[in-house]
Amino acid sequence: MGKLFSAVVIIITVVSVAIFIMHVWWLPVDISTTGPAVDHQLDETMVGTGILFFASQILLAIFVWGSSNTSSSRKIKIFPGGATPLVTFAIILVGLEILTLTFVGSKAWGAIYIAPPDPNSLKIDVQAEQFAFYFRYAGPDGVFGGVHPDKIDDGSGNYFGLDPANDVAARDDIVVGSLTVPVNKPILLMLHSKDVGHSFFVRELRVQQDFVPGLDIPVHFTATQTGKFEIVCTQLCGLGHYNMKAYLEVLSQDDFDQWLKTQAGQ
Amino acid sequence: MHDVSSDPAVHHHTAPTGFLRKWVFSLDHKVIGKQYFALALVSVFIGMVLSWLMRLHLAWPAWPIPLVDKLSAVGAPAGVMTPEYYLSLLTMHGTIMVFFVLTNAPFAAFGNYFLPIQIGAEDMAFPRFNMMSFWTTFVAWLFMMAAFFVADGPPISGWTAYAPLSAVGGDAGPGLAMGQNLWAISIAVFCIASLLGALNFISTTLDLRTKGMSLARMPFCSWAWFVTSVIALLAFAVLLPACILLILDRTAGTSFFIPGGLVLSDKLQPHSGGSPLLWQHLFWFFGHPEVYIAILPSIGIVATILPVFARKPLLGPRAVIGSMIAIGFLSYMVWGHHMFVSGMNPFSADLFSVPTLIITIPATILTLLLIGTVYGAKMRFTSAALFCLGFISVFISGGISGFFLAQPSLDTILHATYFVVAHFHFVMAVASIFGVFAGTYFWFPKMTGRMMNETMGKWHFWLTFIGVYMIFMPMHYLGLAGNVRRYSAFVDDYAISLIPVHKFITIAALLTGAAQLIFLFNLIWSRFRGAVASENPWEATSLEWSTSSPPPFDNFGGRHMVVYNGPNEYGIDGPQDYIMQTSPEKAPSR
Repeated sequence: MGKLFSAVVIIITVVSVAIFIMHVWWLPVDISTTGPAVDHQLDETMVGTGILFFASQILLAIFVWGSSNTSSSRKIKIFPGGATPLVTFAIILVGLEILTLTFVGSKAWGAIYIAPPDPNSLKIDVQAEQFAFYFRYAGPDGVFGGVHPDKIDDGSGNYFGLDPANDVAARDDIVVGSLTVPVNKPILLMLHSKDVGHSFFVRELRVQQDFVPGLDIPVHFTATQTGKFEIVCTQLCGLGHYNMKAYLEVLSQDDFDQWLKTQAGQ
Repeated sequence: MHDVSSDPAVHHHTAPTGFLRKWVFSLDHKVIGKQYFALALVSVFIGMVLSWLMRLHLAWPAWPIPLVDKLSAVGAPAGVMTPEYYLSLLTMHGTIMVFFVLTNAPFAAFGNYFLPIQIGAEDMAFPRFNMMSFWTTFVAWLFMMAAFFVADGPPISGWTAYAPLSAVGGDAGPGLAMGQNLWAISIAVFCIASLLGALNFISTTLDLRTKGMSLARMPFCSWAWFVTSVIALLAFAVLLPACILLILDRTAGTSFFIPGGLVLSDKLQPHSGGSPLLWQHLFWFFGHPEVYIAILPSIGIVATILPVFARKPLLGPRAVIGSMIAIGFLSYMVWGHHMFVSGMNPFSADLFSVPTLIITIPATILTLLLIGTVYGAKMRFTSAALFCLGFISVFISGGISGFFLAQPSLDTILHATYFVVAHFHFVMAVASIFGVFAGTYFWFPKMTGRMMNETMGKWHFWLTFIGVYMIFMPMHYLGLAGNVRRYSAFVDDYAISLIPVHKFITIAALLTGAAQLIFLFNLIWSRFRGAVASENPWEATSLEWSTSSPPPFDNFGGRHMVVYNGPNEYGIDGPQDYIMQTSPEKAPSR
């Protein structure tokens, strides 16, 4: 029975690790300036913990295999040196691992969430609601109109609660249902929620940030590749949560300028 | 403090004779322990069936599932689940499993039955409190079950009930009116029950230990129940007021968790000034310690049972106890790791990340000491022993992914994906349940006077052990690939390519769930047909094995137990390879 247990544990361990190593399922390709540090951190964690996982499962399997010999002549044995070497090993090895991960990882985190945005960023306002995202560009005047929750009316397309009748700045604001940005240009999003908690997650940007009702939350990124990518909601927001998504379209600067001009003309 | 141990007459009460006092409103900790066990057993099968329904829906969303329309004609017209009903079941699965199974079974059920016996007491310190704890828990359970039967079904806000989704009422969606009220009331009542229980466990441990039962001589599971009850006392004391504030927001027009300017169902909500993040802080200040409330008792149970079947002492007993205390202490400093991307100050992410990573040190020590205990053992591979070994394996698998999720920089890609689902199911659910299974096979003879069937037990182990790996290991891959959790269907480009993996997981979940029927059958069959158990069938040392199976009403038949040894005296040279705690024989120094 013990040998069977060992064999099963070894098979489970080897198959699990092999699927990780072969990247059978893996992250989509990164398209951001801050993403490589995250991917590097993931790889480092994967190697460190992978070794720990493999070694401890195999050690368990070996010991169980050995313990299944119950011949009466064999005496039980205590682990060489008792608990001390294992406790010391755990403190030193795991301690070093977490120190390394913290120092390296906090830089990757800081670059996304703590570093101030580039002052020349393109600012885009994002409103999340059950179950859609809306994006607002300041328009030719470069100024966002004020928002008034009491004026929000999805029926007439006033998702942000703008007041163009009294607010000059609001008249040329561009409101669209997908996020279009120029490549290699710093983007600064300002996230608001109309109703409940939502989240902004683009896998390829390695950025995830919740929308919190009542708060304006900044997020910045720079996309390094053109293409179309999914924006999904990752904060449970109600019955349509599974279907709450939009697209990020990264265009060349020329294409983006053309797109913006077309939108402003409408 | 009054020294109870010197006066066995104190706390002596006579066995009740009436049916109600004996079986229903019993003051006997053993009956109350069994009541908790029965409630957890009913709950775990309800929770499991809910997970089956969810898994079937995820893999084959268009298939009608038989009988679900009977549960809710609105939620599953013609047996095909609506997206909101999926979320209702998700909420109920999480809530039932975390509160009524993972808190009740390893802690309240086994703790109630065995803590007093293991420390040589006749009962808990406050038997009436104890009865109230169970029946209050039962009332909480009734409130929770009632949510299935209200018009628009159970809440859809998940077991974490994030505000304002949970706080603004029916405008936010189905299930968020009466269903969410019932949920919040149920959890508040559950908190009261758990606080009473925790106080009782602490008092019992500190005041009712028999002569010679120093803290250092307590069995490891008694230690775990003690540490857990301290954690529970502090954790539920925060969740209770949080739930009361939530109920006030929902019913009394307050705005603790709801800011101004929210528009739901085209209505500007009449609230202002509240903070959704406040709910998250309060919830996770409870929620993270809750993870340890679920897992520490199982760690203690495995640390107690493994040496019995390894026939050698647990390696590093003091380090094991110290690690459990360290985990309990650190559990209060890490709640923010659930909130890295929540919108809280990003600087605090580093602050929460470091203690979270530090917890991996005592957890690694515990794991290595358990593995080290197996080294050189002469293992008796009973069902209980197999579940202990399985526990070590799944605890490693679940613990390892904690290294990833403790780091804010990786949370940017792993948060809210199936990677998280894999992590907490392995480390908190599967590992904890393996401890419960080990405890059940081990203590069933003591609780009922009959042995469980070992053949069925081993089938149960193998199917469950292989099954949980087939269910939860692939979820890591799904999470890495960006598969978001809490989706009732996969309609986006990424997830569609991952649906075959979901089908695989669903089949594995159905089979593994079916294997639990073997366990259920074994429980019932062995209760009536199992071989009669002797006083100490496993040759174990702790006090419950020094009394009859099952123990008499006062646990030791009027005997006043005196303890001479620790619980860890296995692998002794001589005709008998162990020394009972009650044996005056002196253990050889090691």
